[in-house]
Amino acid sequence: MIWNDDFETLPREAIESLQLKRLQQTVEKVYAAVPFYRDSFNKLGIKPADIKSLADLQRLPFTLKQDMRDSYPYGLFAVPLEQIVRIHASSGTTGKPTVVGYTRRDIDNWTELMARSFVAAGTNRGDIIHNAYGYGLFTGGLGAHYGAERVGASVIPMSGGNTKKQLMIMQDFGSTVLTCTPSYSLYLAEAATEEGIDIRKLKLKVGIFGAEPWSEKMRQEIEAKLNIKAIDIYGLSEILGPGVGIECIEAQNGLHLWEDHFIPEIINPETGEVLPDGEKGELVITTITKEGIPLIRYRTRDITRLMKEPCVCGRTHARIERLSGRSDDMLIIRGVNVFPSQIESVLFSVEGVEPHYQLIVERDGNLDTLEVQVEVNEQTFSDEIKILQGMTNRIRKDIKDLLGVTCKVRLVEPKTIARSEGKAKRVIDNRRNES
Amino acid sequence: MKVEQISIFIENKSGRLAEITAILGKAGINIRALSLADTSDFGILRLIVDDSEKALKVLKEQRFTVSITNVIGVAVPDTPGGLTSILQILDNNSVNVEYMYAFVERSGDNAVIIFRFDNIDEAIAALTKNGIKILPSEHITSI
Repeated sequence: MIWNDDFETLPREAIESLQLKRLQQTVEKVYAAVPFYRDSFNKLGIKPADIKSLADLQRLPFTLKQDMRDSYPYGLFAVPLEQIVRIHASSGTTGKPTVVGYTRRDIDNWTELMARSFVAAGTNRGDIIHNAYGYGLFTGGLGAHYGAERVGASVIPMSGGNTKKQLMIMQDFGSTVLTCTPSYSLYLAEAATEEGIDIRKLKLKVGIFGAEPWSEKMRQEIEAKLNIKAIDIYGLSEILGPGVGIECIEAQNGLHLWEDHFIPEIINPETGEVLPDGEKGELVITTITKEGIPLIRYRTRDITRLMKEPCVCGRTHARIERLSGRSDDMLIIRGVNVFPSQIESVLFSVEGVEPHYQLIVERDGNLDTLEVQVEVNEQTFSDEIKILQGMTNRIRKDIKDLLGVTCKVRLVEPKTIARSEGKAKRVIDNRRNES
Repeated sequence: MKVEQISIFIENKSGRLAEITAILGKAGINIRALSLADTSDFGILRLIVDDSEKALKVLKEQRFTVSITNVIGVAVPDTPGGLTSILQILDNNSVNVEYMYAFVERSGDNAVIIFRFDNIDEAIAALTKNGIKILPSEHITSI
């Protein structure tokens, strides 16, 4: 099934001419309305009229997450605030989040793309969508919610947490589609077993999972344990939220990226140079219909490759391969984005000195665990247990307050944390070993 | 009157205690008393040694986190109820004991208890006023 036949199956030449037209409009718009872009185009000596073909996109500068932080909160908005109808945000490194604003048309487009995504995942009118993505500043909950309504499915706005209640409602309401992070689906399966519920016998048929990286092996495990089709969805709040791309249920091979709204490029993250089709590198996205915050060549830091071959489902939009990593040090822990520098800022404020620390990430059963190891030094050492424990409690609480992630804090002896070439290895992510 | 105690941060890993005693032994430092406070992840080893400055130096050289804390040693009558009389004096004077541990060796007819207080000077005043014998530092490190 295809939600929007006209656009989803456009011949590639038609997609590309639409992309060029929309790119030119976007470039003109940001040049006129966003000082950040006008300045950076001027520095490179580029005028909007210079963009004559899609290949000219490569001449434009990149937009970094840091640029969004620097323009906190509204600096990159391309329309006056009275045209913004919704504001979302994601966590930031210094306690300040990255802010995104949507016009009414942005929300409408987002809803359309989520509707396409639900249908691509095999969902339709008559389905009962159990939406366990968090509702709030995070884009997951509301993004999925409006798309599900647009399709005409019945959406249950569960949000996250309260697993027993989730299971009761799933069972009693007859949920057919589950939307949440992949790790939470396995956690639900485990909790169901404990409650004596056979989750395989429920009406669930499809799960749409995103907001954290997962492997093919994990997909097989989810499909076996929940007796459903597990579909990978891609999105990031800076670009839109969920629904930037999705796997079709027919192929489950690569995520269709909606090319009438976004232009994807793959670059070498070291040099910034655009790589030939099919090569693996960092995904860069230009939005070509966004009004609130149009972004030119936004560096997602996600590593993937572009697949432009036709797909068995009939959609003509290019696919991105399942994400295989990041080109920066961002960690995703239970669906929450965590930068080591954020943890460092907490440790610095608690200890008052440059901390030596290491983050150990594991997958314990189905849930990610984060352990923060902090070296004790002469300034922080006390010969009273209660003072040391007070310090670990405060670090734990401050990390929870800043990032919303629960962690374990362990004090370790000085020089425990391996230093290579004078620089400490900050992150040990043991989850990668499983895929 | 105050005694210097060495405190060392140690992770709960096998062999760490032996490493510390080996470092001290090699440096010719004698341990007079010790106590180990532990949690599930880490511990604090507290030592009274015959040469605390040297102990501090050799342990720091081996990259241990070490600090010096002032404690006092009190002669406690080695009879039933001997410790109670001292604790009552402290309680009556609202002096809080952070922790305490006992010497194995005796000093004459008395047992020796090491005390760490939140306010050491108040504690010394209260004990002295009530006729409790606080052992001189040289005496403790040479028991």
